[in-house]
Amino acid sequence: MEKYLKEFATEQKELIHILHKTQAEYGYISPEVITAISKHLKISESEIYGVLTFYKAFSLEPRGEHIVTVCMGTACHVRGGPQVAEEMERKLNIKVGQTTADNKFTLETVNCLGCCAIGPVVVVDGKYYSQITVKKIDGILKDYKE
Amino acid sequence: MEKITNPEQLSEWKEEILSRRPQYKKTIVVSSGTCGQASGSLPVIDALDEELEKRRLKDTVGVEITGCHGFCELEPNIIIYPEEIFYGKLEPKDIPEIVERTVFGDEVLDSYTYKEPQTGKKSAFQKDIPFYGKQMRLLTGNNFRIDPRSIEDYVRLDGYQALTKVLFDKTSEEVILEIENSGLRGRGGGGFPTGRKWAICRKAKSDEKYVICNADEGDPGAYMDRSLLEGNPHSVIEGMIIGAYAIGATEGYIYVRMEYPLAVKHLMIALEKATQYGFLGKSIMGSEFHFNIHLVEGAGAFVSGEETSLMASIEGKRAFPRQRPPFPAQKGLWGKPTNINNVETWANVPLIINRGADWYSKVGTKKSKGTKIFSLVGKINNTGLVEVPMGITLREIIYDIGGGIKDNKKFKAVQTGGPSGGCIPVEKLDLPIDYDTLAKAGSIMGSGGMIVMDEDTCMVDVARYFLNFTQEESCGKCVPCRIGTKQMVNILTRITEGGGEEGDIKRLKDLSKTIKTGSLCGLGQTAPNPVLTTLRYFRKEYETHIREKSCPALVCKALISYYIEPDKCVGCLLCLKSCPVDAISGERKKVHVIDQDLCIKCGACFDVCPPKVTAVSKYTGKKRKSILKKDSLKRAKR
Repeated sequence: MEKYLKEFATEQKELIHILHKTQAEYGYISPEVITAISKHLKISESEIYGVLTFYKAFSLEPRGEHIVTVCMGTACHVRGGPQVAEEMERKLNIKVGQTTADNKFTLETVNCLGCCAIGPVVVVDGKYYSQITVKKIDGILKDYKE
Repeated sequence: MEKITNPEQLSEWKEEILSRRPQYKKTIVVSSGTCGQASGSLPVIDALDEELEKRRLKDTVGVEITGCHGFCELEPNIIIYPEEIFYGKLEPKDIPEIVERTVFGDEVLDSYTYKEPQTGKKSAFQKDIPFYGKQMRLLTGNNFRIDPRSIEDYVRLDGYQALTKVLFDKTSEEVILEIENSGLRGRGGGGFPTGRKWAICRKAKSDEKYVICNADEGDPGAYMDRSLLEGNPHSVIEGMIIGAYAIGATEGYIYVRMEYPLAVKHLMIALEKATQYGFLGKSIMGSEFHFNIHLVEGAGAFVSGEETSLMASIEGKRAFPRQRPPFPAQKGLWGKPTNINNVETWANVPLIINRGADWYSKVGTKKSKGTKIFSLVGKINNTGLVEVPMGITLREIIYDIGGGIKDNKKFKAVQTGGPSGGCIPVEKLDLPIDYDTLAKAGSIMGSGGMIVMDEDTCMVDVARYFLNFTQEESCGKCVPCRIGTKQMVNILTRITEGGGEEGDIKRLKDLSKTIKTGSLCGLGQTAPNPVLTTLRYFRKEYETHIREKSCPALVCKALISYYIEPDKCVGCLLCLKSCPVDAISGERKKVHVIDQDLCIKCGACFDVCPPKVTAVSKYTGKKRKSILKKDSLKRAKR
């Protein structure tokens, strides 16, 4: 971990950048990582904890193999985004923010992805699916279930 | 080409790029922004490559990949030059035919051309499509002609010429004066005169100053900044360098939201190229001006779009807003004078310098100059990004450019300004829009999101949606915002769930007042706007929810019931199969029945019932009661 942190400067402005990289690398921010960052940037662990829980991008728990994100923007909302999210919850048998028991899927929502013309939008591991209806959900999830 | 060290070199480079540019007989331009890629532009590009290779047309036909063309509804789309034939909604399987018959055979193919939803009139050429007809694409026009990953494409179209003019022919004061005279106002929503903002920051005394580009486009339903960053990143960068020169800044930051991965990618490439060719760094273009830009990715907090929060976020802290004054122009990033502008504002700067403040100030209305990009979304036929001169009416945008409401439904309201804005009703359709008229109507220009709502949209539900949004995004620093928005959501939720009480409207109004006056930043100060405008224009809808426990738009789940009309049902089993909770019983060719106790009102049956049958109905209010009563009597008999 110390080695990994060496490539970052020791200023506080690096904090969010470091958290992003760590999240991408490990899938979550562990207590050990917080301690290491605290030593590296010379800021308290509680401050780091405060920052990382403030932003939606970071997770304190490991997430699933696939991240399913349903857009909740206004345009998606008026076109049926909430129904899509609810159906996702039923199909995966978890609530938004949770991970399935087999660690396959984590279900999340996002405020707006800015693809409002093609909503409702669902993103799985960075792949965008446009004009989603309740009916299309099985087809999307099938690709990731194997 | 190496680093540019004087203005002549830039001109020479431009000539060289133009002379090297292959002279194709035809060029196919593919729109490939985020919307395009999500709709399948990448396989279309592969199919084009393959087909042209197969037919040995690669030397005579060029393929150019650009950012978003704005007409998101018809993604993926292509334009074939020189004729400017526009084909939309393409799939890889369409490509062989298009190459064979249009590219090779010069034939216009009806099946891919645009059809007007209301009249059915077809337009084969881009210039004839009404969606583009009334637009004035000053900022987005080059999105058709630029590969955003190529700095050469930008330079070819006079890129960095404005910067040259500024660095070698103008003093900082002259630049600021030019921007002031142009009448440009902040496009992020506030509408503060850009030139004046720069002048204040210029005057502030400090050894270090910063400029920031606010690309934390958080308003749901607005994505013009994404399109500019993805499609023409150098225009934003050039604007920032000019601004930095005018203000005397040495460091710049672009704060872009993490939800825009393609914009981040294109910006990174653009920054690297700009540095490589000497438009950023030490002694820019051989002048005595030094300036660098850093890219900072957001981390998913709406409040970080507020300027003081954004600066806290760049500093690596929680995105908490702080008291103003002191304004960022006096005390900003790390306590130094900082000028912060929105993406679209920055993109206007090179345009003003190149064409002059006189020319620019002729576009628009008396107090709002230039164009504004709106994202026209929701229940509208032609969804997409539209760039129009200030002062155009809502009717022109929605009906002439937008092609009217989807499925011939009735227009109900248009929501502008995101969670800080409001809903504008049908009576105001002829309002010429600029900063001031929208404010007078109770809404705001905001960043330019325009969400069109039809008769099937419940205004109480929309108000609840926005309040829920701001409540979740409230940073929690100011009590009225943190707790007040929560209370407002509770009341609104109760109303939509049939628990509305007399006095709720007054409670909402009182809370609104407290939140507006007691909050530090724009998020709280504007949070109640969606409720206030819907109360102003759609009060009756609130009252119907509260008094009659009825949702006239048939949206609020707790107030509606789904019902299969026995005389219409043909017994096709479609709804039965689509029901996620098995609440529908029936057999083939026999009338299906919904078990109201099991039904979760997801609407799946309503959606799948064939348009010719439409046997599934939604009921609310008195009618719903009588149907539920009938239903339970029937079941009791059985």
